Amino acid sequence: MLLQITTTHQPATDLGYVLHKHPDKFQSVEFSMGKAHIFYPEVSEEKTSICLLLDIDPINMVRSGRNNDSNNFVLAHYVNDRPYVASSFLSVALAKTFSTAMNGKCKDKPELVDTKMPFEVSISVVSAPSGGENLIRNLFLPLGYTVSLERQTLDNKFPEWGESKYYKLKLQHTLTTKELLSHLYVLIPTLDNDKHYFVSSNEIEKLLQKGEGWLKDHPKKEQIAKRYLVNLNSLTRQALERLSEGEAVNNAKDEDDFLEKTEVEKRKETLHDVRIKLVAEKIAALAAENVLDLGCGEGKLIRQLLKQKQIKKIVGMDVSYGDLLKAKERLHYDQMSPKQKERIQLIQGSLTYKDKRFEGFEVATLVEVIEHLDPNRLKALERVVFEFAQPKTVILTTPNKEYNVMWEKLAADQLRHTDHRFEWTRKEFADWTQQICENYKYEVSLLPIGEEIENIGGPSQMAIFTYGN
Amino acid sequence: MEIKIPELSLVALMGASGSGKSSFARKHFKPTEIVSSDTCRGLVSDDENSLFATSDAFDVLYYIARKRLKNGLLTVIDATNVQQESRKGIIELAREYHCLPVAIVLLLSEDVCQARNQHRPDRNFGAHVIRQQYIQLKKSLRNLKKEGFRYVYVLRSEEEVNAVQHIQREKLYNDKKDETGPFDIIGDIHGCFDELQELLQKLGYTIVKVEANEQNFGFNVSVPDNRKIIFLGDFIDRGPDSPNVLRLVMSMVNAGTAYCVPGNHDLKLQKYLVGKKVQLKHGLEITVQQLTNESEAFKQSVENFLYSLISHYVFDDGKLVVAHAGLKEEMQGRGSAAVRAFCLYGETTGEIDEFGLPVRYNWAKEYRGKAKVVYGHTPVPEAEWLNKTIDIDTGCVFGGKLTAFRYPEEELVSVSARQVYCEPAKPLQQQENTLAFSSQQAYDDLLDIEDVIGKRIVQTRLRHNITLREENSIAALEVMSRFSVNPKWLMYLPPTMSSCATSDLPDFLEYPAQALNYYKKRGVQKVICEEKHMGSRAILVICQNETAATQRFGIANEGLGICYTRTGRNFFNDTAVEKAFISRVNMALTKSGFWEKFDTNWVCLDAELMPWSAKAQSLLKDQYAAVGAAASGALPEVQKTLQMAVARGVEDATPFYENFQQKTACIHQYIHAYQHYCWQVNSLDDYKLAPFHILATEAAVHTDKNHEWHMQNIAEICPADPQLLMATPYKIVDFADQNTFDDAVAWWLQLTGKGGEGMVVKPYDFIAYQKQELLQPAIKCRGKEYLRIIYGPEYDLAENITRLKKRGLSRKQSLAIREFALGVEALERFVRREPLRRIHESVFGVLALESEEVDPRL
Repeated sequence: MLLQITTTHQPATDLGYVLHKHPDKFQSVEFSMGKAHIFYPEVSEEKTSICLLLDIDPINMVRSGRNNDSNNFVLAHYVNDRPYVASSFLSVALAKTFSTAMNGKCKDKPELVDTKMPFEVSISVVSAPSGGENLIRNLFLPLGYTVSLERQTLDNKFPEWGESKYYKLKLQHTLTTKELLSHLYVLIPTLDNDKHYFVSSNEIEKLLQKGEGWLKDHPKKEQIAKRYLVNLNSLTRQALERLSEGEAVNNAKDEDDFLEKTEVEKRKETLHDVRIKLVAEKIAALAAENVLDLGCGEGKLIRQLLKQKQIKKIVGMDVSYGDLLKAKERLHYDQMSPKQKERIQLIQGSLTYKDKRFEGFEVATLVEVIEHLDPNRLKALERVVFEFAQPKTVILTTPNKEYNVMWEKLAADQLRHTDHRFEWTRKEFADWTQQICENYKYEVSLLPIGEEIENIGGPSQMAIFTYGN
Repeated sequence: MEIKIPELSLVALMGASGSGKSSFARKHFKPTEIVSSDTCRGLVSDDENSLFATSDAFDVLYYIARKRLKNGLLTVIDATNVQQESRKGIIELAREYHCLPVAIVLLLSEDVCQARNQHRPDRNFGAHVIRQQYIQLKKSLRNLKKEGFRYVYVLRSEEEVNAVQHIQREKLYNDKKDETGPFDIIGDIHGCFDELQELLQKLGYTIVKVEANEQNFGFNVSVPDNRKIIFLGDFIDRGPDSPNVLRLVMSMVNAGTAYCVPGNHDLKLQKYLVGKKVQLKHGLEITVQQLTNESEAFKQSVENFLYSLISHYVFDDGKLVVAHAGLKEEMQGRGSAAVRAFCLYGETTGEIDEFGLPVRYNWAKEYRGKAKVVYGHTPVPEAEWLNKTIDIDTGCVFGGKLTAFRYPEEELVSVSARQVYCEPAKPLQQQENTLAFSSQQAYDDLLDIEDVIGKRIVQTRLRHNITLREENSIAALEVMSRFSVNPKWLMYLPPTMSSCATSDLPDFLEYPAQALNYYKKRGVQKVICEEKHMGSRAILVICQNETAATQRFGIANEGLGICYTRTGRNFFNDTAVEKAFISRVNMALTKSGFWEKFDTNWVCLDAELMPWSAKAQSLLKDQYAAVGAAASGALPEVQKTLQMAVARGVEDATPFYENFQQKTACIHQYIHAYQHYCWQVNSLDDYKLAPFHILATEAAVHTDKNHEWHMQNIAEICPADPQLLMATPYKIVDFADQNTFDDAVAWWLQLTGKGGEGMVVKPYDFIAYQKQELLQPAIKCRGKEYLRIIYGPEYDLAENITRLKKRGLSRKQSLAIREFALGVEALERFVRREPLRRIHESVFGVLALESEEVDPRL
């Protein structure tokens, strides 16, 4: 909420000229969510300091947020950190109050525009996303700043709750005012996960304009672009393409994750690709004509299966309607030819309710699904799939718990995903599949997924059940 | 001519173009009952005479007819129907929906038709068309019965057509909806005459042997309390005395003291008696033997009697259906060969099992009908409810027992077989499950998606129909599937609670007067004010022991009970803690003598579980404490710089300095407010459980007791574990006594002054109405400091509170009432031992409504 810029440039009072703000006035500017105040707590030839204070009206923010069809929880709540953090609101206020300086103009002392001054900037407070201190440093260090951070405790009365995600940030550097302001303008919202304004293609222009001359060479430019243009993939891609001036952009991998991926996440991702590929191969080998993908999520497997010509019908089921909508989008369902459309059907359903729509399939797949069910609900899933839907073949995968020791960042006893209710060893999985076979007249073969390690097995495991024994 | 047709029939009008079918239809049927091919042609082509549209038009016609017949509505097909092919479709349609096809033929002379058509410029087809139609129809006449029309009426002239004044609609023979009972329904007797007599006597009937005459076959049975017997068929075969069973049944039916539906065995005997060739096996050979000494006249009477029997009956305004082998919903009250066959044999898969008997398909598993179905045919060890159906053939002739089902009491009365008269081909139906579950519980192990998805309408006792929109069901399905506990535990979800209307006092957003006045204005005499604890809502289902969990809930190996949140999630993430917690509550109940006092072995409690921080850990850290931390970091810096500016003499900085000082004070109060509801939990002793409703125990939903009763009965449990359990302080307000009103307001000020959340005002009676209108079950009134964590740290600054006072409660209150009605409905269904899907439907409904968008701060 508070940005303080201090300089020891001689004379330090030049700050008033270059920022085009009178040192003895308390000025206020209105903007959509409240007011921005500009004032000087300290003015002397040796040292001058200017503050930009955001005075956000939380009630107005909530109420106008609601009208703006915002799905953003943070903005929809009266108990809100927005009034106290340096967020994208601060960038808006910067642009509004220091527009002259940002445009590199100074009427009274034009020579100041290109003068590098020693600056000390303090921001109270910034919120660091997951990535934390490192992310903040990685944003500012490459630009030559000295960075110091002071983290806030969550609650002094409950030290066991740990640290908060808020920092007081101090930066030091000698550079032109315009450079300083454009860095702040771009990088402050980059730190913030919750953008307050609707991201539109106009944002690209702003990013490119303010990033002119420095963003292109910033080692974290991709991340900056992604985070700045939060939630809009195609915009990110456009922006990156334009940034790299025609060079190919290497972002083909996963388009939707803005965060710096941890080692675990990256490996999980490639594992998932391996898994999907293997499942698709098994289905191809069966020459199945119809497939039921139970727990299809965003449709990764469906996308693979569409390539198999022999498959006439793919039904993707998921309990999350949101995921189904994403799947539809990912598959470009609405743009598909009628013939292609006929092959796909996406339905909301649940593996704990029996469902006539699941009947009559040659193959059903459950890729990384069962571990998302509480163990006492597993019985219901078994009956739904093996007793009632009774497909000829069931291809089922689940993590191999034994392999967890190979993920360095995974604590002992920690599961791979917060929504996993259990993870099984190879033995536990084998026992379960055996019991399925006995109860529901299936035969099973088990195989590892991913590279196997002695005595540990593969990272994931697969069971292929065949009806009739 | 008098035309009589069954109430539910499919009427096919027949006649050449111009024979006056449409006028006839308009005269004798409601416009909505008529589906006309010409109209359908018009609908699909804008031209009622278009021949190109015929195929589409008939698609529409059949579609409409199907929907009507499915809904049990008489339907008239207004088309020429002169050709056999076109009539074939109508016969098939009637069979599909088990209603009787009726033909009404307008066979007017060709000249009349020609003349009429000439007056209609839109009909320009040639004379030859009409001639051909006339000839085809005339030829068809003698085949109509053979084609399958059960009633055929032919009108041969305009005079005859005009002479039809009225078409008489007759009730079906199976329609006994006016008969409300009470009944004693008796299952398969199979010649077990001794047991039959004993059972009747046990039921209070007196049997006197009399001389047979034309009206009586040898027994005079006097009936207690206007009751009637319903015999479910299979009187004969296998057992020792089929003739006397027949005599008794026939005597009672003749005397009008019994109804009777036929069984498959009875009809086989009838066939035998009329001389058809039947195989003398499955016990028929014994009956035939027993009948050898009977007179021809008696055998003739038996044959007539059996022939006259109606295959099923619908009683008591459609609430009770009886048939020998049961009956699916879509066949109830209808008539067709398929209905009759189902009544006699039930549904079979066509396969033969290892004992050489046909494999029966258990239609009752899929039964969703509103009527209760009482039936026999398949011997079972015990009569048990399954989806509102009950099979009461308890295999007397196989050494089981003879059972009567008393309606409406729903009691079972049995007498044991005196001996095994016949060895069953296979042991009495093997139990499908090895645990001690009932059939219903075993069946309920798996819910069906069809019972929850899509737009749904749930009927509740408190508030009639409640509609759940599809998008809400979508959200509820995800939450239910991913997070909720075993649905067998989930007998209740609590309704949302509205806050009181906004106060007009300048410093308060909420104040008790508005909460109290909500009820006062609506004519409620007395209310209860309960202290509102700031923790998390918890529903507890606790069983006396694991046997109770298995027997009453059909749940094995999940412990003594459960504690779940207001959205049906497990309250505790740690199973060991959960188990210890449940067992402590269980012990407290045992120690306080709860089980004996309530004559129950389980209870459902509605409670608040503290501390708030135990469950809301992530909300606290990510939101409440986070905001506090951000503000605590930023505001001192702001203060410092503003102070420097003021010290420098910057004009206009002073008011902002003061304003931000105020903000800093607000943040401190805010942090203090949420901290008040947090404490660290190291062991079970750090939890506090404050139950406030004893929702249900065996055979009782306690919504008929007032809230003071709930408070007092809970207060009696609490001393059994004072460390964990907490009785809730309360005040009663009697609107006749202003002192009690003022007292409650003062109490609230005192509670909230100490940092308390506030209070909940409820009508003294659990369920309160104003005229027909269900009132809010509870209204909350929250304290000034507590509201800081709802409306933001600075909510009470003058410029903020005036804006916040604009808030609308109607949506929230409407939700609260609907959810309340659904919640109580779920409890009542559970206590009535209805199938799980019926309970789940209501609970699911609460969850679905909870996904509706409403201001979460209210």
